[in-house]
Amino acid sequence: MTTASSNALRQAQEPPVETRTRRTRTTPDVRPLTFATLTLVEWRKQLDTRAGRWLLAVIAIVTAGVLAVMVAVNGGNHSFSAFVVGTTTPMAMLLPIVGVLAATSEWSQRTALVTFTLEPRRTRVGLAKVVAAIGSGLALLVVTVGLAALAHLLVVAFRDADPAWDVTARAVLYLALSVVLFMAQGVGFGLLLRSTPAAIVTLLLAPTLFGLVGGLVPGMADVLPWIDLGTAGEPLLFGSALDGEGWAQLGTATLIWVVAPLAGGLWRVERSEISSS
Amino acid sequence: MITVEHLTKRYGPSVAVDDVSFTVEPGHVTGFLGPNGAGKSTTMRMICGLTPATSGSARVLGKPFTALPNPGRRVGVLLDAAAQHSGRTGREVLTLAALMTGVDRRRIDTTLDLVGLTERESARRVGQYSLGMRQRLGIASALLGDPEVLILDEPANGLDPAGIRWMRDLLDDFASRGGTVLLSSHLLREIEAVADRLVVIGRGRVVAQGHKDDLLRQAGTFVRSTDDVALALALRQGGAGVEELSTGGLSVEAEPIDVGRAAAAAGVVLAELRAADSRGLEDLFLELTADDAREQSRMEVPA
Repeated sequence: MTTASSNALRQAQEPPVETRTRRTRTTPDVRPLTFATLTLVEWRKQLDTRAGRWLLAVIAIVTAGVLAVMVAVNGGNHSFSAFVVGTTTPMAMLLPIVGVLAATSEWSQRTALVTFTLEPRRTRVGLAKVVAAIGSGLALLVVTVGLAALAHLLVVAFRDADPAWDVTARAVLYLALSVVLFMAQGVGFGLLLRSTPAAIVTLLLAPTLFGLVGGLVPGMADVLPWIDLGTAGEPLLFGSALDGEGWAQLGTATLIWVVAPLAGGLWRVERSEISSS
Repeated sequence: MITVEHLTKRYGPSVAVDDVSFTVEPGHVTGFLGPNGAGKSTTMRMICGLTPATSGSARVLGKPFTALPNPGRRVGVLLDAAAQHSGRTGREVLTLAALMTGVDRRRIDTTLDLVGLTERESARRVGQYSLGMRQRLGIASALLGDPEVLILDEPANGLDPAGIRWMRDLLDDFASRGGTVLLSSHLLREIEAVADRLVVIGRGRVVAQGHKDDLLRQAGTFVRSTDDVALALALRQGGAGVEELSTGGLSVEAEPIDVGRAAAAAGVVLAELRAADSRGLEDLFLELTADDAREQSRMEVPA
């Protein structure tokens, strides 16, 4: 190798350091990292492993499965919106996991060391993860609505169902908003807990337990919609209109279940020590 | 250029890094040597802004690491070769780094070539890599942004002797073009092969630093003669410290030429005369590791 031989030569001659040729940079322009770049890289990181691709594939498959059952069972006479609503429960369960993994894989796979060396502004990385996860979630939403339309088309064509293309733009917007909340929540819990199982279990169980226990406490029934995202967010998933109070309740519940964990997670990442163990 | 000033890290009552100061200058490969747990990795993480320092400061190219815009283009960092997603291919790891730092993706092939990873190896997932391959991939990530500074934690770990030789040539070449290199190791032999300057750390403190040759050189002379007793007497009369070695010969605290003169004056025939082995740094190093490996050091340095 030429490097080796030139090195041997240099060692033999031992020229003083000062006379060695100074390094000239071949890349004079070093542009700072933009948020868009960071987001695209984070998105790619969600898709460039088998685990990541499978998770998204599983969500699509489960959705297709639910729709297939609805098509096959009990005459299949469902409207388009009924099909869409049928897909939202599995989506609500599985989508936040995409966000969780985007955050926790940095620690479970120990890539945080590299990520935060290349971009020391850690909050930006966290926010890029949220935006990238929302991107994945919205892409899945498009697939889901498409599959629901296909399912409705099938029952109309082959099972004599009544055509009812009744999905409103508002219902789709509501679903999109819920995807945003799920993803931000997933990344938030992931950043806060840094362990995939812990974050997923907490994410799935905590709101349920909270709603359950809250329901048992007398007098909580009035307060619950304000502090329980499951209750406050229900209209988003099932397409019923939100009034002023509904939005306010969604706001407070989002503060507790989405904004607080995300802010806490970002704070923890910003403050903590990033090490490989 | 890396400047570390009074860097200290405390974890509760224990002090991991204690008032560490040193500079790493361009044009040299500086070895950061110390036993496991001496505070090398913590110091390097503080330099890279990953671990907040309790007190003190570290600057890279005149700035705190975290203040560098796009640090991947100025500083190549490898802190743990095993810290890669096992599900990504080697090429994908470099592609992500290239996208993030805005490096031309054609550089990926050049860099893979430079570290000796083949096309086929780069298409395999990192989970299947040997430690040596991970080190090469890690060094590739560090070099990808064409940096001016390299910070490498235990990069020779897992490399075979040929790999260490390769790394020495690579780092030597990098430094000769004006680059700054800081690399750590817990093995003296490894550092000896690669670095030309040393910072030695033990229990969180810097215990020695300077040019490798100076640190390795122990003032003194080894001499063997036909009459060691007479020679020892003559040398002691001349005021030099003399130690009779159990293996034969004398260890003398004087320059070889002075020992030769004393021998000539005393009429003793010399069988061997040379500068003493570079044992100074090794002794220091074994002393440092003694707490962690008492048994081993007792075997290696008999009392």
